[in-house]
Amino acid sequence: MSTMPVAYRNQAMPIAASKRPASAPGVVKQQTFGRVDARSDPAWVRMLVIASAAIFLGLFIVLPLVCVFTQAFAKGVDAYFAAIRNPDTLSAIQLTLIVAAISLVANVVFGLIGAWAIAKFEFVGKNLLITLIELPFSVSPVIAGLVFVLLFGLQGYFGSWLVAHNIKIIFALPGIVLATIFVTFPFVIRELIPLMQQQGTEEEEAALSLGASGLKTFFRVTLPNVKWALLYGVLLCNARAMGEFGAVSVVSGHVRGETNTMPLHVEVLYDSYQFQAAFAVASLLALLALVTLVIKAVLETRLMEE
Amino acid sequence: MGSLVGILGYRRGAIPGFGITLGTTLMWLGLIVLIPLAALFLKTTELSFEQFIAVITSRRTQHALMLSFGLSFAAALANLVFGPMVAWALVRYHFPGRRLLDAIVDIPFALPTAVAGIALTTLYAESGWIGRVLASFGIKVAFTPLGILVALIFIGLPFVVRTVQPVLEEIDGELEEAAASLGAGRWMTVRRIVFPTILPALLTGFTLAFARAVGEYGSVIFIAGNLPNYSEIAPLLIVIRLQEFRYADAAAIAVVMLIASFLFLFVINGLQRWSELRTGTRQ
Repeated sequence: MSTMPVAYRNQAMPIAASKRPASAPGVVKQQTFGRVDARSDPAWVRMLVIASAAIFLGLFIVLPLVCVFTQAFAKGVDAYFAAIRNPDTLSAIQLTLIVAAISLVANVVFGLIGAWAIAKFEFVGKNLLITLIELPFSVSPVIAGLVFVLLFGLQGYFGSWLVAHNIKIIFALPGIVLATIFVTFPFVIRELIPLMQQQGTEEEEAALSLGASGLKTFFRVTLPNVKWALLYGVLLCNARAMGEFGAVSVVSGHVRGETNTMPLHVEVLYDSYQFQAAFAVASLLALLALVTLVIKAVLETRLMEE
Repeated sequence: MGSLVGILGYRRGAIPGFGITLGTTLMWLGLIVLIPLAALFLKTTELSFEQFIAVITSRRTQHALMLSFGLSFAAALANLVFGPMVAWALVRYHFPGRRLLDAIVDIPFALPTAVAGIALTTLYAESGWIGRVLASFGIKVAFTPLGILVALIFIGLPFVVRTVQPVLEEIDGELEEAAASLGAGRWMTVRRIVFPTILPALLTGFTLAFARAVGEYGSVIFIAGNLPNYSEIAPLLIVIRLQEFRYADAAAIAVVMLIASFLFLFVINGLQRWSELRTGTRQ
Protein backbone atom coordinates (compact mmCIF):
# COMPACT_ATOMS: atom_id res chain seq x y z
CA MET A 1 0.00 0.00 0.00
CA SER A 2 1.33 3.45 -0.80
CA THR A 3 2.04 5.59 2.22
CA MET A 4 -0.15 8.46 1.18
CA PRO A 5 -3.53 7.04 2.05
CA VAL A 6 -2.16 6.36 5.53
CA ALA A 7 -1.34 10.02 5.86
CA TYR A 8 -4.84 10.83 4.77
CA ARG A 9 -6.34 8.52 7.28
CA ASN A 10 -4.24 9.89 10.08
CA GLN A 11 -5.69 13.29 9.42
CA ALA A 12 -9.16 11.89 9.19
CA MET A 13 -9.09 10.17 12.56
CA PRO A 14 -8.38 12.70 15.26
CA ILE A 15 -9.03 10.25 18.08
CA ALA A 16 -6.97 7.35 16.86
CA ALA A 17 -4.28 9.51 15.30
CA SER A 18 -2.11 9.51 18.41
CA LYS A 19 -2.07 5.70 18.41
CA ARG A 20 -0.85 5.42 14.83
CA PRO A 21 2.79 5.88 13.91
CA ALA A 22 3.45 9.40 12.75
CA SER A 23 3.82 9.56 9.00
CA ALA A 24 7.16 10.58 7.57
CA PRO A 25 7.38 14.27 6.67
CA GLY A 26 8.21 13.37 3.07
CA VAL A 27 4.80 11.78 2.67
CA VAL A 28 3.00 15.02 3.31
CA LYS A 29 5.24 16.77 0.77
CA GLN A 30 4.09 14.45 -2.00
CA GLN A 31 0.60 15.63 -1.36
CA THR A 32 1.50 19.25 -1.94
CA PHE A 33 2.96 18.35 -5.34
CA GLY A 34 -0.55 17.37 -6.31
CA ARG A 35 0.18 13.72 -6.99
CA VAL A 36 -3.08 12.03 -7.87
CA ASP A 37 -3.57 8.56 -6.44
CA ALA A 38 -6.43 6.12 -6.36
CA ARG A 39 -8.05 7.48 -3.23
CA SER A 40 -7.98 11.20 -3.89
CA ASP A 41 -10.68 13.02 -5.77
CA PRO A 42 -10.08 15.76 -8.37
CA ALA A 43 -9.57 19.19 -6.81
CA TRP A 44 -12.87 20.55 -8.10
CA VAL A 45 -14.76 17.64 -6.52
CA ARG A 46 -12.95 18.20 -3.24
CA MET A 47 -13.79 21.91 -3.28
CA LEU A 48 -17.40 21.25 -4.21
CA VAL A 49 -17.97 18.66 -1.47
CA ILE A 50 -16.24 20.69 1.24
CA ALA A 51 -18.09 23.86 0.23
CA SER A 52 -21.47 22.10 0.10
CA ALA A 53 -20.91 20.44 3.47
CA ALA A 54 -19.82 23.72 5.05
CA ILE A 55 -22.72 25.69 3.56
CA PHE A 56 -25.24 23.01 4.53
CA LEU A 57 -23.99 22.77 8.14
CA GLY A 58 -23.75 26.54 8.35
CA LEU A 59 -27.29 27.18 7.16
CA PHE A 60 -28.97 24.26 8.87
CA ILE A 61 -27.14 24.00 12.18
CA VAL A 62 -24.93 27.00 12.96
CA LEU A 63 -27.42 29.67 11.93
CA PRO A 64 -30.17 28.47 14.34
CA LEU A 65 -27.60 28.55 17.14
CA VAL A 66 -26.48 32.07 16.20
CA CYS A 67 -30.16 33.05 16.02
CA VAL A 68 -30.72 31.93 19.63
CA PHE A 69 -28.01 34.22 20.98
CA THR A 70 -28.76 37.25 18.78
CA GLN A 71 -32.46 37.10 19.70
CA ALA A 72 -31.59 36.66 23.38
CA PHE A 73 -29.53 39.88 23.32
CA ALA A 74 -31.82 41.69 20.85
CA LYS A 75 -32.94 44.17 23.52
CA GLY A 76 -29.56 44.53 25.14
CA VAL A 77 -27.67 42.98 28.02
CA ASP A 78 -29.95 44.43 30.71
CA ALA A 79 -33.07 42.90 29.18
CA TYR A 80 -31.24 39.60 28.90
CA PHE A 81 -30.37 39.43 32.58
CA ALA A 82 -33.78 40.78 33.56
CA ALA A 83 -35.36 37.83 31.73
CA ILE A 84 -33.10 35.38 33.50
CA ARG A 85 -33.58 36.94 36.94
CA ASN A 86 -37.35 36.74 36.56
CA PRO A 87 -38.75 34.63 39.45
CA ASP A 88 -40.56 32.26 37.07
CA THR A 89 -37.32 31.68 35.15
CA LEU A 90 -35.39 31.05 38.35
CA SER A 91 -37.95 28.55 39.56
CA ALA A 92 -37.84 26.82 36.14
CA ILE A 93 -34.04 26.57 36.43
CA GLN A 94 -34.38 25.18 39.95
CA LEU A 95 -36.97 22.58 38.88
CA THR A 96 -34.82 21.54 35.91
CA LEU A 97 -31.81 21.03 38.17
CA ILE A 98 -33.85 18.98 40.68
CA VAL A 99 -35.39 16.77 37.98
CA ALA A 100 -32.04 16.21 36.27
CA ALA A 101 -30.34 15.38 39.59
CA ILE A 102 -32.95 12.78 40.58
CA SER A 103 -32.94 11.21 37.10
CA LEU A 104 -29.15 11.06 37.07
CA VAL A 105 -28.90 9.36 40.46
CA ALA A 106 -31.57 6.82 39.45
CA ASN A 107 -29.91 6.12 36.09
CA VAL A 108 -26.44 5.77 37.61
CA VAL A 109 -27.55 3.41 40.39
CA PHE A 110 -29.74 1.21 38.20
CA GLY A 111 -27.35 1.52 35.25
CA LEU A 112 -24.47 0.12 37.30
CA ILE A 113 -26.66 -2.66 38.73
CA GLY A 114 -28.02 -3.58 35.31
CA ALA A 115 -24.64 -3.44 33.60
CA TRP A 116 -23.21 -5.74 36.31
CA ALA A 117 -25.94 -8.33 35.69
CA ILE A 118 -25.68 -8.11 31.90
CA ALA A 119 -21.91 -7.78 31.45
CA LYS A 120 -20.58 -10.11 34.13
CA PHE A 121 -22.93 -13.08 33.67
CA GLU A 122 -24.23 -15.26 30.86
CA PHE A 123 -27.96 -15.92 30.86
CA VAL A 124 -30.83 -16.80 28.57
CA GLY A 125 -32.66 -13.80 27.09
CA LYS A 126 -29.81 -11.34 27.53
CA ASN A 127 -30.23 -9.86 24.05
CA LEU A 128 -33.95 -9.43 24.61
CA LEU A 129 -33.22 -7.64 27.88
CA ILE A 130 -30.78 -5.26 26.13
CA THR A 131 -33.37 -4.59 23.41
CA LEU A 132 -36.00 -3.78 26.04
CA ILE A 133 -33.60 -1.46 27.86
CA GLU A 134 -33.01 0.46 24.61
CA LEU A 135 -36.74 0.51 23.81
CA PRO A 136 -37.29 4.08 25.13
CA PHE A 137 -35.02 5.33 22.30
CA SER A 138 -37.64 4.37 19.73
CA VAL A 139 -40.68 5.59 21.65
CA SER A 140 -41.90 9.11 20.95
CA PRO A 141 -41.36 11.45 23.92
CA VAL A 142 -45.05 12.31 23.76
CA ILE A 143 -45.94 8.63 24.22
CA ALA A 144 -43.46 8.47 27.11
CA GLY A 145 -45.47 11.18 28.83
CA LEU A 146 -48.81 9.71 27.77
CA VAL A 147 -48.21 6.32 29.45
CA PHE A 148 -47.79 7.99 32.85
CA VAL A 149 -50.94 10.06 32.36
CA LEU A 150 -52.80 6.83 31.58
CA LEU A 151 -51.51 5.33 34.83
CA PHE A 152 -51.62 8.27 37.22
CA GLY A 153 -53.79 10.94 35.56
CA LEU A 154 -57.19 11.93 36.95
CA GLN A 155 -58.93 9.40 34.70
CA GLY A 156 -55.98 7.01 34.73
CA TYR A 157 -55.82 3.53 36.25
CA PHE A 158 -54.62 4.75 39.65
CA GLY A 159 -56.20 8.22 39.36
CA SER A 160 -59.03 7.91 41.87
CA TRP A 161 -56.85 6.02 44.36
CA LEU A 162 -54.23 8.79 44.20
CA VAL A 163 -56.89 11.48 44.67
CA ALA A 164 -58.34 9.61 47.67
CA HIS A 165 -54.89 9.44 49.24
CA ASN A 166 -54.06 13.02 48.27
CA ILE A 167 -51.01 12.05 46.22
CA LYS A 168 -50.17 14.14 43.17
CA ILE A 169 -48.04 12.59 40.43
CA ILE A 170 -49.28 14.09 37.17
CA PHE A 171 -48.96 17.89 36.94
CA ALA A 172 -46.38 17.61 39.73
CA LEU A 173 -42.71 16.78 40.33
CA PRO A 174 -43.05 12.95 40.50
CA GLY A 175 -44.64 12.78 37.04
CA ILE A 176 -41.95 15.01 35.53
CA VAL A 177 -39.25 12.84 37.12
CA LEU A 178 -40.88 9.58 35.92
CA ALA A 179 -41.22 10.84 32.34
CA THR A 180 -37.62 12.08 32.37
CA ILE A 181 -36.31 8.75 33.70
CA PHE A 182 -38.28 6.94 30.97
CA VAL A 183 -36.71 8.92 28.11
CA THR A 184 -33.20 8.80 29.61
CA PHE A 185 -33.46 5.13 30.62
CA PRO A 186 -30.83 3.72 28.19
CA PHE A 187 -28.30 6.57 28.38
CA VAL A 188 -26.01 5.45 31.23
CA ILE A 189 -26.35 1.67 30.99
CA ARG A 190 -25.61 1.49 27.26
CA GLU A 191 -22.22 3.16 27.82
CA LEU A 192 -21.37 0.72 30.61
CA ILE A 193 -22.39 -2.65 29.13
CA PRO A 194 -19.97 -2.89 26.16
CA LEU A 195 -17.01 -1.69 28.22
CA MET A 196 -17.71 -4.01 31.16
CA GLN A 197 -18.21 -6.94 28.78
CA GLN A 198 -14.91 -6.18 27.12
CA GLN A 199 -13.11 -5.95 30.46
CA GLY A 200 -14.33 -9.41 31.47
CA THR A 201 -14.30 -10.74 35.02
CA GLU A 202 -10.65 -11.60 35.63
CA GLU A 203 -9.79 -8.57 37.76
CA GLU A 204 -12.92 -9.06 39.87
CA GLU A 205 -12.17 -12.76 40.29
CA ALA A 206 -8.63 -11.92 41.43
CA ALA A 207 -9.93 -9.45 44.02
CA LEU A 208 -12.52 -11.94 45.28
CA SER A 209 -10.00 -14.76 45.53
CA LEU A 210 -7.82 -12.46 47.64
CA GLY A 211 -10.71 -12.17 50.07
CA ALA A 212 -12.42 -8.92 49.07
CA SER A 213 -16.19 -8.86 49.48
CA GLY A 214 -18.45 -8.50 46.44
CA LEU A 215 -19.28 -4.86 47.23
CA LYS A 216 -15.67 -3.99 47.95
CA THR A 217 -14.66 -5.60 44.64
CA PHE A 218 -17.27 -3.52 42.86
CA PHE A 219 -16.19 -0.22 44.42
CA ARG A 220 -12.44 -0.83 44.28
CA VAL A 221 -12.07 -2.73 40.99
CA THR A 222 -15.08 -2.43 38.70
CA LEU A 223 -16.08 1.19 39.33
CA PRO A 224 -12.60 2.70 38.78
CA ASN A 225 -12.35 0.68 35.55
CA VAL A 226 -15.49 2.20 34.07
CA LYS A 227 -15.37 5.71 35.55
CA TRP A 228 -14.89 7.55 32.23
CA ALA A 229 -17.64 5.59 30.49
CA LEU A 230 -19.90 6.27 33.46
CA LEU A 231 -19.14 10.00 33.28
CA TYR A 232 -19.79 9.93 29.53
CA GLY A 233 -23.19 8.34 30.10
CA VAL A 234 -23.96 10.83 32.88
CA LEU A 235 -23.05 13.74 30.61
CA LEU A 236 -25.35 12.65 27.76
CA CYS A 237 -28.08 11.68 30.21
CA ASN A 238 -27.88 15.09 31.87
CA ALA A 239 -28.13 16.95 28.56
CA ARG A 240 -31.23 14.99 27.62
CA ALA A 241 -32.79 15.26 31.10
CA MET A 242 -32.38 19.04 31.24
CA GLY A 243 -33.53 19.55 27.66
CA GLU A 244 -36.42 17.08 27.51
CA PHE A 245 -39.54 18.72 26.19
CA GLY A 246 -42.19 16.37 24.75
CA ALA A 247 -42.48 13.86 27.58
CA VAL A 248 -42.33 16.49 30.31
CA SER A 249 -44.76 18.74 28.48
CA VAL A 250 -47.45 16.03 28.60
CA VAL A 251 -47.18 15.38 32.35
CA SER A 252 -46.34 18.85 33.64
CA GLY A 253 -49.52 20.88 33.20
CA HIS A 254 -47.44 24.01 32.55
CA VAL A 255 -48.06 25.67 35.91
CA ARG A 256 -45.89 28.77 35.77
CA GLY A 257 -43.45 29.00 38.64
CA GLU A 258 -44.39 25.49 39.79
CA THR A 259 -44.20 22.71 37.21
CA ASN A 260 -42.41 24.47 34.36
CA THR A 261 -38.95 23.17 33.56
CA MET A 262 -36.66 25.38 31.47
CA PRO A 263 -37.73 24.01 28.05
CA LEU A 264 -41.40 24.35 29.06
CA HIS A 265 -40.78 27.88 30.29
CA VAL A 266 -39.24 28.67 26.90
CA GLU A 267 -42.46 27.48 25.28
CA VAL A 268 -44.71 29.47 27.63
CA LEU A 269 -42.73 32.66 27.04
CA TYR A 270 -42.62 32.11 23.28
CA ASP A 271 -46.35 31.42 23.05
CA SER A 272 -47.08 34.62 24.96
CA TYR A 273 -44.98 36.57 22.43
CA GLN A 274 -42.20 37.35 24.92
CA PHE A 275 -39.68 36.33 22.26
CA GLN A 276 -36.62 37.99 23.75
CA ALA A 277 -37.22 36.41 27.17
CA ALA A 278 -37.89 33.02 25.54
CA PHE A 279 -34.58 33.19 23.69
CA ALA A 280 -32.77 34.36 26.83
CA VAL A 281 -33.85 31.18 28.66
CA ALA A 282 -33.19 29.17 25.49
CA SER A 283 -29.66 30.59 25.36
CA LEU A 284 -28.93 28.98 28.73
CA LEU A 285 -30.01 25.61 27.30
CA ALA A 286 -27.95 26.22 24.16
CA LEU A 287 -24.96 27.01 26.35
CA LEU A 288 -25.56 23.75 28.21
CA ALA A 289 -25.51 21.92 24.86
CA LEU A 290 -22.23 23.56 23.82
CA VAL A 291 -20.55 22.85 27.17
CA THR A 292 -21.80 19.25 26.94
CA LEU A 293 -20.19 18.84 23.51
CA VAL A 294 -16.86 20.24 24.73
CA ILE A 295 -16.77 17.91 27.76
CA LYS A 296 -17.86 15.05 25.50
CA ALA A 297 -14.84 15.63 23.24
CA VAL A 298 -12.54 15.58 26.28
CA LEU A 299 -14.14 12.42 27.67
CA GLU A 300 -13.87 10.65 24.30
CA THR A 301 -10.09 11.03 24.45
CA ARG A 302 -10.13 9.56 27.96
CA LEU A 303 -12.39 6.72 26.82
CA MET A 304 -9.94 5.76 24.10
CA GLU A 305 -7.37 5.28 26.86
CA GLU A 306 -9.79 3.26 29.03
CA MET B 1 -35.76 -15.68 42.07
CA GLY B 2 -33.38 -18.35 43.38
CA SER B 3 -34.58 -21.24 41.28
CA LEU B 4 -34.83 -19.04 38.22
CA VAL B 5 -31.20 -18.03 38.70
CA GLY B 6 -30.29 -21.72 38.85
CA ILE B 7 -31.94 -22.33 35.50
CA LEU B 8 -30.82 -19.20 33.68
CA GLY B 9 -27.42 -18.30 35.09
CA TYR B 10 -24.34 -20.02 33.78
CA ARG B 11 -21.36 -18.25 35.25
CA ARG B 12 -22.14 -18.74 38.92
CA GLY B 13 -19.05 -19.38 40.91
CA ALA B 14 -16.64 -16.58 41.59
CA ILE B 15 -18.62 -13.42 40.72
CA PRO B 16 -21.41 -12.72 43.22
CA GLY B 17 -24.68 -10.83 42.93
CA PHE B 18 -26.30 -12.30 39.81
CA GLY B 19 -29.74 -12.87 41.34
CA ILE B 20 -30.04 -9.55 43.09
CA THR B 21 -28.70 -7.39 40.24
CA LEU B 22 -30.76 -9.11 37.54
CA GLY B 23 -33.84 -9.07 39.76
CA THR B 24 -33.43 -5.35 40.49
CA THR B 25 -32.88 -4.61 36.81
CA LEU B 26 -36.01 -6.49 35.74
CA MET B 27 -38.08 -4.81 38.44
CA TRP B 28 -36.83 -1.32 37.51
CA LEU B 29 -37.33 -1.95 33.77
CA GLY B 30 -40.80 -3.26 34.50
CA LEU B 31 -41.81 -0.30 36.67
CA ILE B 32 -40.44 2.47 34.46
CA VAL B 33 -40.82 1.09 30.93
CA LEU B 34 -42.78 -2.14 30.52
CA ILE B 35 -45.79 -1.65 32.82
CA PRO B 36 -46.41 1.91 31.58
CA LEU B 37 -46.19 0.73 27.95
CA ALA B 38 -48.52 -2.17 28.77
CA ALA B 39 -50.99 0.36 30.21
CA LEU B 40 -51.00 2.04 26.81
CA PHE B 41 -52.12 -1.14 25.08
CA LEU B 42 -54.57 -1.94 27.88
CA LYS B 43 -56.18 1.49 27.53
CA THR B 44 -57.05 0.87 23.88
CA THR B 45 -59.08 -2.20 24.91
CA GLU B 46 -61.60 0.23 26.40
CA LEU B 47 -62.56 0.98 22.82
CA SER B 48 -64.59 -1.56 20.87
CA PHE B 49 -62.96 -2.76 17.66
CA GLU B 50 -65.27 -0.51 15.62
CA GLN B 51 -64.46 2.49 17.81
CA PHE B 52 -60.73 1.79 17.50
CA ILE B 53 -61.00 1.65 13.70
CA ALA B 54 -63.12 4.81 13.72
CA VAL B 55 -60.48 6.68 15.74
CA ILE B 56 -57.52 5.69 13.62
CA THR B 57 -59.28 6.08 10.28
CA SER B 58 -60.80 9.46 11.02
CA ARG B 59 -59.68 12.06 8.50
CA ARG B 60 -57.75 14.06 11.07
CA THR B 61 -55.86 11.05 12.49
CA GLN B 62 -55.10 9.68 9.03
CA HIS B 63 -53.75 13.02 7.92
CA ALA B 64 -51.60 13.40 11.03
CA LEU B 65 -50.17 9.89 10.69
CA MET B 66 -49.49 10.28 6.96
CA LEU B 67 -47.82 13.63 7.61
CA SER B 68 -45.61 12.29 10.43
CA PHE B 69 -44.53 9.16 8.59
CA GLY B 70 -44.31 10.75 5.13
CA LEU B 71 -42.25 13.76 6.19
CA SER B 72 -40.03 11.62 8.44
CA PHE B 73 -39.33 9.40 5.42
CA ALA B 74 -38.60 12.42 3.23
CA ALA B 75 -36.34 13.99 5.87
CA ALA B 76 -34.41 10.73 6.33
CA LEU B 77 -34.03 10.50 2.53
CA ALA B 78 -32.69 14.05 2.42
CA ASN B 79 -30.20 13.14 5.11
CA LEU B 80 -29.10 10.17 2.97
CA VAL B 81 -27.83 12.83 0.55
CA PHE B 82 -26.48 15.40 3.03
CA GLY B 83 -25.19 12.89 5.61
CA PRO B 84 -22.72 10.96 3.41
CA MET B 85 -21.62 14.22 1.78
CA VAL B 86 -20.70 15.70 5.17
CA ALA B 87 -19.13 12.41 6.32
CA TRP B 88 -17.07 12.19 3.11
CA ALA B 89 -15.75 15.73 3.54
CA LEU B 90 -14.87 15.03 7.19
CA VAL B 91 -13.16 11.68 6.57
CA ARG B 92 -11.45 12.06 3.20
CA TYR B 93 -10.36 15.67 3.00
CA HIS B 94 -8.02 17.73 5.09
CA PHE B 95 -9.01 21.37 5.23
CA PRO B 96 -8.91 24.21 7.73
CA GLY B 97 -11.88 24.08 10.10
CA ARG B 98 -12.49 20.36 9.64
CA ARG B 99 -12.42 19.63 13.39
CA LEU B 100 -14.91 22.46 13.98
CA LEU B 101 -17.22 21.15 11.25
CA ASP B 102 -16.98 17.71 12.82
CA ALA B 103 -18.04 19.11 16.21
CA ILE B 104 -20.93 21.05 14.66
CA VAL B 105 -22.54 17.82 13.43
CA ASP B 106 -23.40 16.84 17.03
CA ILE B 107 -25.29 20.05 17.83
CA PRO B 108 -28.76 18.71 16.90
CA PHE B 109 -28.12 15.81 19.32
CA ALA B 110 -27.27 18.11 22.18
CA LEU B 111 -29.51 21.12 21.60
CA PRO B 112 -32.85 20.78 23.45
CA THR B 113 -35.64 20.36 20.91
CA ALA B 114 -37.66 23.35 22.11
CA VAL B 115 -34.64 25.60 21.54
CA ALA B 116 -34.16 24.22 18.04
CA GLY B 117 -37.88 24.68 17.44
CA ILE B 118 -38.10 28.37 18.30
CA ALA B 119 -34.79 29.14 16.55
CA LEU B 120 -35.82 27.43 13.30
CA THR B 121 -39.22 29.12 13.43
CA THR B 122 -37.65 32.56 13.86
CA LEU B 123 -35.19 31.91 11.01
CA TYR B 124 -37.76 30.59 8.54
CA ALA B 125 -40.66 32.92 9.38
CA GLU B 126 -41.32 35.45 6.65
CA SER B 127 -39.48 38.14 8.62
CA GLY B 128 -36.58 35.80 9.50
CA TRP B 129 -33.08 35.72 8.02
CA ILE B 130 -33.75 32.74 5.75
CA GLY B 131 -37.51 33.11 5.45
CA ARG B 132 -37.13 36.61 4.01
CA VAL B 133 -34.91 35.34 1.20
CA LEU B 134 -37.17 32.39 0.44
CA ALA B 135 -40.27 34.60 0.55
CA SER B 136 -38.86 36.70 -2.28
CA PHE B 137 -38.98 33.52 -4.38
CA GLY B 138 -42.53 32.89 -3.19
CA ILE B 139 -41.54 29.97 -0.95
CA LYS B 140 -43.19 29.75 2.47
CA VAL B 141 -41.49 27.44 4.97
CA ALA B 142 -42.57 28.30 8.51
CA PHE B 143 -46.13 27.19 9.40
CA THR B 144 -46.30 24.81 6.42
CA PRO B 145 -45.39 21.11 6.06
CA LEU B 146 -42.13 22.30 4.47
CA GLY B 147 -41.20 23.79 7.85
CA ILE B 148 -41.77 20.41 9.51
CA LEU B 149 -39.44 18.88 6.92
CA VAL B 150 -36.72 21.42 7.75
CA ALA B 151 -36.97 20.61 11.48
CA LEU B 152 -36.86 16.85 10.82
CA ILE B 153 -33.80 17.16 8.57
CA PHE B 154 -32.13 19.19 11.33
CA ILE B 155 -32.66 16.58 14.05
CA GLY B 156 -31.92 13.59 11.78
CA LEU B 157 -28.60 14.68 10.28
CA PRO B 158 -26.21 13.51 13.03
CA PHE B 159 -27.70 10.00 12.98
CA VAL B 160 -26.67 9.46 9.34
CA VAL B 161 -23.28 11.21 9.58
CA ARG B 162 -22.27 9.40 12.76
CA THR B 163 -23.16 5.92 11.45
CA VAL B 164 -21.49 6.41 8.03
CA GLN B 165 -18.35 8.18 9.28
CA PRO B 166 -16.67 5.26 11.10
CA VAL B 167 -17.32 2.91 8.16
CA LEU B 168 -15.77 5.37 5.71
CA GLU B 169 -12.75 5.63 8.01
CA GLU B 170 -12.33 1.87 8.05
CA ILE B 171 -12.60 1.27 4.29
CA ASP B 172 -9.65 -0.69 3.01
CA GLY B 173 -7.66 1.66 0.78
CA GLU B 174 -6.15 -1.25 -1.13
CA LEU B 175 -9.52 -2.15 -2.63
CA GLU B 176 -9.90 1.31 -4.07
CA GLU B 177 -6.32 1.28 -5.36
CA ALA B 178 -6.81 -2.12 -6.92
CA ALA B 179 -9.95 -0.88 -8.67
CA ALA B 180 -8.12 2.19 -9.92
CA SER B 181 -5.11 0.19 -11.11
CA LEU B 182 -7.48 -2.09 -13.03
CA GLY B 183 -8.66 0.97 -14.91
CA ALA B 184 -11.77 1.96 -13.01
CA GLY B 185 -12.43 5.68 -13.05
CA ARG B 186 -12.86 7.51 -9.75
CA TRP B 187 -16.63 7.59 -10.05
CA MET B 188 -16.79 3.86 -10.82
CA THR B 189 -14.56 3.08 -7.83
CA VAL B 190 -16.83 5.06 -5.55
CA ARG B 191 -19.94 3.49 -7.00
CA ARG B 192 -18.69 -0.11 -7.03
CA ILE B 193 -16.36 -0.22 -4.01
CA VAL B 194 -17.23 2.57 -1.57
CA PHE B 195 -21.00 2.66 -1.94
CA PRO B 196 -21.67 -1.07 -1.31
CA THR B 197 -19.38 -0.94 1.74
CA ILE B 198 -21.23 1.93 3.38
CA LEU B 199 -24.71 0.75 2.31
CA PRO B 200 -25.52 -1.11 5.57
CA ALA B 201 -24.41 1.93 7.59
CA LEU B 202 -26.54 4.18 5.36
CA LEU B 203 -29.56 2.00 6.07
CA THR B 204 -28.87 2.08 9.82
CA GLY B 205 -28.50 5.85 9.75
CA PHE B 206 -31.67 6.18 7.71
CA THR B 207 -33.58 4.03 10.21
CA LEU B 208 -32.33 5.95 13.24
CA ALA B 209 -33.12 9.31 11.63
CA PHE B 210 -36.56 8.10 10.58
CA ALA B 211 -37.43 6.61 13.98
CA ARG B 212 -36.38 9.79 15.72
CA ALA B 213 -38.34 11.98 13.29
CA VAL B 214 -41.60 10.03 13.58
CA GLY B 215 -41.83 10.69 17.31
CA GLU B 216 -40.32 14.19 17.24
CA TYR B 217 -42.37 16.85 18.97
CA GLY B 218 -40.41 19.78 20.41
CA SER B 219 -38.59 21.01 17.33
CA VAL B 220 -41.67 20.56 15.11
CA ILE B 221 -44.63 22.08 16.92
CA PHE B 222 -43.28 25.65 16.82
CA ILE B 223 -42.55 25.72 13.09
CA ALA B 224 -45.50 23.58 11.99
CA GLY B 225 -48.35 26.02 12.55
CA ASN B 226 -50.38 22.99 13.65
CA LEU B 227 -53.41 23.36 11.41
CA PRO B 228 -55.57 20.20 11.55
CA ASN B 229 -55.54 18.27 8.25
CA TYR B 230 -52.67 20.43 7.01
CA SER B 231 -49.65 20.65 9.30
CA GLU B 232 -50.68 18.75 12.44
CA ILE B 233 -48.30 15.88 13.32
CA ALA B 234 -49.40 12.67 15.05
CA PRO B 235 -47.61 13.32 18.38
CA LEU B 236 -49.39 16.67 18.63
CA LEU B 237 -52.75 15.04 17.94
CA ILE B 238 -52.05 12.68 20.87
CA VAL B 239 -51.42 15.69 23.12
CA ILE B 240 -54.64 17.36 21.92
CA ARG B 241 -56.70 14.22 22.60
CA LEU B 242 -55.19 14.04 26.10
CA GLN B 243 -56.13 17.65 26.78
CA GLU B 244 -59.69 16.79 25.74
CA PHE B 245 -59.55 13.88 28.24
CA ARG B 246 -60.07 11.42 25.35
CA TYR B 247 -57.45 9.08 26.86
CA ALA B 248 -58.44 5.97 24.89
CA ASP B 249 -58.34 7.88 21.59
CA ALA B 250 -54.88 9.20 22.45
CA ALA B 251 -53.74 5.68 23.34
CA ALA B 252 -55.13 4.29 20.06
CA ILE B 253 -53.12 6.79 17.97
CA ALA B 254 -50.02 6.08 20.08
CA VAL B 255 -50.41 2.31 19.59
CA VAL B 256 -50.68 2.72 15.82
CA MET B 257 -47.55 4.91 15.83
CA LEU B 258 -45.60 2.41 17.93
CA ILE B 259 -46.62 -0.61 15.85
CA ALA B 260 -45.94 1.17 12.55
CA SER B 261 -42.50 2.27 13.79
CA PHE B 262 -41.60 -1.24 14.93
CA LEU B 263 -42.76 -2.78 11.65
CA PHE B 264 -40.64 -0.25 9.79
CA LEU B 265 -37.59 -0.96 11.97
CA PHE B 266 -38.14 -4.66 11.40
CA VAL B 267 -38.22 -4.28 7.60
CA ILE B 268 -35.13 -2.06 7.55
CA ASN B 269 -33.34 -4.51 9.82
CA GLY B 270 -34.05 -7.26 7.28
CA LEU B 271 -32.87 -5.05 4.40
CA GLN B 272 -29.71 -4.26 6.30
CA ARG B 273 -28.96 -7.93 6.94
CA TRP B 274 -29.56 -8.61 3.24
CA SER B 275 -27.15 -5.86 2.16
CA GLU B 276 -24.54 -7.03 4.66
CA LEU B 277 -24.75 -10.59 3.34
CA ARG B 278 -24.62 -9.35 -0.23
CA THR B 279 -21.53 -7.25 0.32
CA GLY B 280 -19.91 -9.72 2.70
CA THR B 281 -19.53 -7.14 5.45
CA ARG B 282 -21.43 -9.27 7.96
CA GLN B 283 -19.25 -10.92 10.58
